Amino acid sequence: MTEKISEDQVKHVAELAKLKINADQLPYFTTQLDQIIGLFETLSKVDTDGVEPTSSVTDQINVMREDIADNWNQRQALLDNAPDTQDGYIRVPVIIDESEDNN
Amino acid sequence: MNFETTIGLEVHVELKTHSKIFSPSPVEFGDQPNSNTNVIDWGYPGVLPTTNKGVVHDGIMAGLALHAQIQKHPHFDRKNYFYPDNPKAYQITQAETPIAHDGWVEIEVDDKKKKIGIAEMHIEEDAGKNSHATRYSYVDLNRQGTPLIEIVSKPDISSPDEAYAYLEQLRQVIQFTGISDVKMEEGSMRVDVNISVRPVGQKEFGTKTELKNLNSFNYVRKGLAFEEQRHQRVLMSGGKIAQETRRFDEVSGQTILMRTKEGSDDYRYFPEPDLPVLNISQNWIDSIKQELPEPPAKRRQRYVDELGITDYDAMVLTQTKEMSDFYDQMIKDGADPKLAANYLQGNVNEFLNDNQVELQDTKITPEHLATMIKLITDGTISSKMAKKVFKAITNGEEPKKFVEEKGMVQLSDPAKLQPIIDDVVAANPQSVEDFHNGKDRAIGFLVGQIMKQTHGKANPQVVNKLLKESMSK
Repeated sequence: MTEKISEDQVKHVAELAKLKINADQLPYFTTQLDQIIGLFETLSKVDTDGVEPTSSVTDQINVMREDIADNWNQRQALLDNAPDTQDGYIRVPVIIDESEDNN
Repeated sequence: MNFETTIGLEVHVELKTHSKIFSPSPVEFGDQPNSNTNVIDWGYPGVLPTTNKGVVHDGIMAGLALHAQIQKHPHFDRKNYFYPDNPKAYQITQAETPIAHDGWVEIEVDDKKKKIGIAEMHIEEDAGKNSHATRYSYVDLNRQGTPLIEIVSKPDISSPDEAYAYLEQLRQVIQFTGISDVKMEEGSMRVDVNISVRPVGQKEFGTKTELKNLNSFNYVRKGLAFEEQRHQRVLMSGGKIAQETRRFDEVSGQTILMRTKEGSDDYRYFPEPDLPVLNISQNWIDSIKQELPEPPAKRRQRYVDELGITDYDAMVLTQTKEMSDFYDQMIKDGADPKLAANYLQGNVNEFLNDNQVELQDTKITPEHLATMIKLITDGTISSKMAKKVFKAITNGEEPKKFVEEKGMVQLSDPAKLQPIIDDVVAANPQSVEDFHNGKDRAIGFLVGQIMKQTHGKANPQVVNKLLKESMSK
């Protein structure tokens, strides 16, 4: 129904973002995303011939800190803020998928 | 049908820095869960990561040790995925501009040397650790943000044995730089492998399968060997290999299907906006090059060429930098190279195994061991006495002092030995006669008598010589 993004792609993006979109909502979000992509396409009108791609918009380079350990002792505060804890661990619903160690 | 195998390895190595890659939290293991974490590690809103200079330094060092090109203008990228061990919902890594690329390590399998290419090596952060129970999973973020380097091989590895040799070489090369412990059993080295098999002559690679749960180099080799066979069987019977992730089962030695992979992962990488780009100067690279310790392959060559020890000895002595440094120091302290190599592989290794300790955590010093060996070579003590001296060394005692205190000094002075020998000869005319009649056993008896008189301290070589001279007069 649209040109820039398909309903299947929107479904896929929603899954990646862990969002539930039902069948009724799909055309609505697809139209919206299509318009947003349209807005971004305005950017491609700018002539970028001979301009190096940039990965950062600040003019800072080499901002690094020395390798010195400093424990801010925030453990308790952080755990107090977690939705659920046990014995110093963050407790989450049991994980079935074994996709860890995929770094 | 003949097949050829292509193996790719992705190796993660944990760096031994003091602090994490993007936060100053300490990198320590075995502490209380979540005690080494702060708001940055937990990915709180509004926090800013800052790059640890030590990690960049170590990344450059690893790249140089792997003969790789260093990327002068690297930046970080975000890899997006949801998982409870990853509170930011992205990992900061390097996708576009890995800090090093196009390196190699040299392996040797069946006496054939081969260079295995390294496609790229990047620095990134580790995730936290999950443990699972029936109703809940538990998250410890202490490991979150621990610096890692990931080393990706080129598809140059063509057998499980080559994969094993590659891992062994890689481990050594990194271990000698001192940036990581590289121990699989402790998780500071982790290996993911993929393998594909194709008929010889086929242009495109076969379908890959990925292997997980490989907890030792040996399991890597076994798992790959199983997969290689399985691929060949399936292809031979006209079947198709599915793109899937399999788990190596240590008990059965087989690989078991974990999940099939549909389509490629979609991590939506983009440049990390919270971290400024890096500009690595040639000066910095050069100064790190200066710091690089002599690599294991060069040490082996030097040991064989200059010190005259065997290839095998050289290989054993270069398993770890600590052992190799220890050996080098012993040679500097004047120990005989062959004896030093023997003692390190014999008594010292036995001691380390018996006590389950690392060389650097013992009281044994290169100076003491070298002194002991010099006492053996100059005849002060016998190798039998050395056993007691070695034991003293493991308690941190100075060997010369120990030998003197225990009166263990071997009696080698002819002026002191001659009177004893004369006495023994005079007291045993029958043995002297037997000796003259060609009975060699007689001399053994006489030497035994002299040993008894000197409480085992007489130098057997000197006694033998003097005794023969006395009886031939």
